[in-house]
Amino acid sequence: MSRLSIWIILGVTLTFLIGPFLIVILAGASAGEALSFPPQGLSLKWYAKVFTVESFRASFALSMFLAIFGTLTALLIGIPAAYALNRYDLPWAETIRTIVAAPIIVPGIIVGLALLRYIVVPLNVTITMALFMVHTALVLPYAVRVVSSSLNNLRGDMEEAAVILGCTRFQAFTKVVLPNIRGGILAAFILGFVTSFNEVPASLFLSGPGVRTLPIDMLSYMEITFDPSVAALSAILAFLSVAIVFLAERLLGFSRYV
Amino acid sequence: MSDRFVSLTDLVLSYGSTVAVPNLNLDIHEGELIALLGPSGCGKTTTMRAIAGLLTPTSGSIEIDGRDVTRTPANKRGIGLVFQSYALFPHLSAFENVAFGLRLQKLPDAQVRAKTEAGMATVGLTGFESRKPAEMSGGQQQRLALARSLVMQPKVLLLDEPLSNLDARLRLEMRNELQRVQRDTGVTMVFVTHDQSEALALADRIVLMNDGKIEQLGTARELYAAPETAFAADFMGFENIFHVEGGHLVNGSARLPLGFTTDAPVLAWRPSGVSVGAGPYSGKVRSSSFAGGHREYVLDSPLGEIKADASIETAEVPIGQSIAFDLPQDTARRLMA
Repeated sequence: MSRLSIWIILGVTLTFLIGPFLIVILAGASAGEALSFPPQGLSLKWYAKVFTVESFRASFALSMFLAIFGTLTALLIGIPAAYALNRYDLPWAETIRTIVAAPIIVPGIIVGLALLRYIVVPLNVTITMALFMVHTALVLPYAVRVVSSSLNNLRGDMEEAAVILGCTRFQAFTKVVLPNIRGGILAAFILGFVTSFNEVPASLFLSGPGVRTLPIDMLSYMEITFDPSVAALSAILAFLSVAIVFLAERLLGFSRYV
Repeated sequence: MSDRFVSLTDLVLSYGSTVAVPNLNLDIHEGELIALLGPSGCGKTTTMRAIAGLLTPTSGSIEIDGRDVTRTPANKRGIGLVFQSYALFPHLSAFENVAFGLRLQKLPDAQVRAKTEAGMATVGLTGFESRKPAEMSGGQQQRLALARSLVMQPKVLLLDEPLSNLDARLRLEMRNELQRVQRDTGVTMVFVTHDQSEALALADRIVLMNDGKIEQLGTARELYAAPETAFAADFMGFENIFHVEGGHLVNGSARLPLGFTTDAPVLAWRPSGVSVGAGPYSGKVRSSSFAGGHREYVLDSPLGEIKADASIETAEVPIGQSIAFDLPQDTARRLMA
């Protein structure tokens, strides 16, 4: 392939990857009243307005809550699960792995519908609780996978060495295994956090009056108000995600685990 | 000094439905350096893991220092184990690796410090306290693993293939080191190896294992000079092993008359015990290689392959040419059937 065509392919790819991002940033920085591109004059007023919208604040808080506690819960289940799958010769280990991975494969919209139809409605679960459950379930596969891959790099005889030096099995886990998979756990947390925060399809089913995650709230805001503040908010969120992943890569070598 | 410091009685070890060691009886003397020697899969590592408590015996008992520890968990046995991979803790400094077990005993800090420093000095690692294991060479890592075990003052120190990961020069150094540590501390050492030269050089006594059973037990000298079975003989370098039937050496359908009378069912010769250049038998040279002090021939004879060492003083016989050889009585080792 010639040099020129490589540059063209590279340029097109980058345009498709970064183009929408640039459009959103600029659209949010419009001085006009309606969402449009190219922007009609430049101003930061929509970026400022984002912080004054009451529902955005509430939904941002809910999304943060789900992303943080959903991911922590997923890790609380996922770390022991990954450990058990990795260290013990479990019957049905392969099946368990497939089931754990299911939420990655099954479209979120189906997970949301199933949860609504068979759990939320019959059991009369609150919407916040239902959202918490679905976010935990969606993040769990990432938690198991990422933690598994860092457990794979850790030799089992280290734990045996710890036991022979006087540890109980549990102490060997906390004193030797955990410190050595810390990077993987942090990577799993960040990946889970971002996944949960950006989740739309399943949350769509479970959002109710007054209880919405931020992306859902943005959707419904746009149905009523067509001003550039949604674009501004999107840009802020995109920057936030990029910053988190960039920091994670810098601090932990994130890409090793994902 | 107890002769039954570690005592394995009717020990049966299995993984799931696979029986690795069907019935083992072994007494290890206090303060000795004993080797469990054998090919991979012979049960030597399994036996070592059982002594350490990492594997619960199916039946039988293990006693250490007069106490039955068969059901005692690994963390309460007072045993040290140096893993083949060293199994150092990568997130801890060399100092903290050595101090790990002492800290678990909740010793006062000053005592932990003193014992750890002494332990590191014993293996010549003073000055390396703040290094991470990954920043140390293979030999240093092994000495660190040794120190980590020794500071716990174990009743028995187990070593899994202690020299196998080291290059030739370090091997010699480590061998001397292990012997010195054993002399200085008097700790009973059990090491596992598949390398007969390692066992011969290091061990007071050797337990030769095959298929989960003890094939032969004796001092290095005894095992080397007087193997009792074909397996032991083969492991100790008697590479020419033949059955004897009615005054003939037999290999498959091939029979050659034996030059002397014997009632032994099996005879074996080292390559150095075969005399080349004269004798009643003849073989065609298949390969010939110079090995420094001698020349190693592989001969095709009516009995099959014969390995023979010849003096370098004699002229080399070219490949393909026939040569006379003898299997003399005085170098023959009599074996059990």
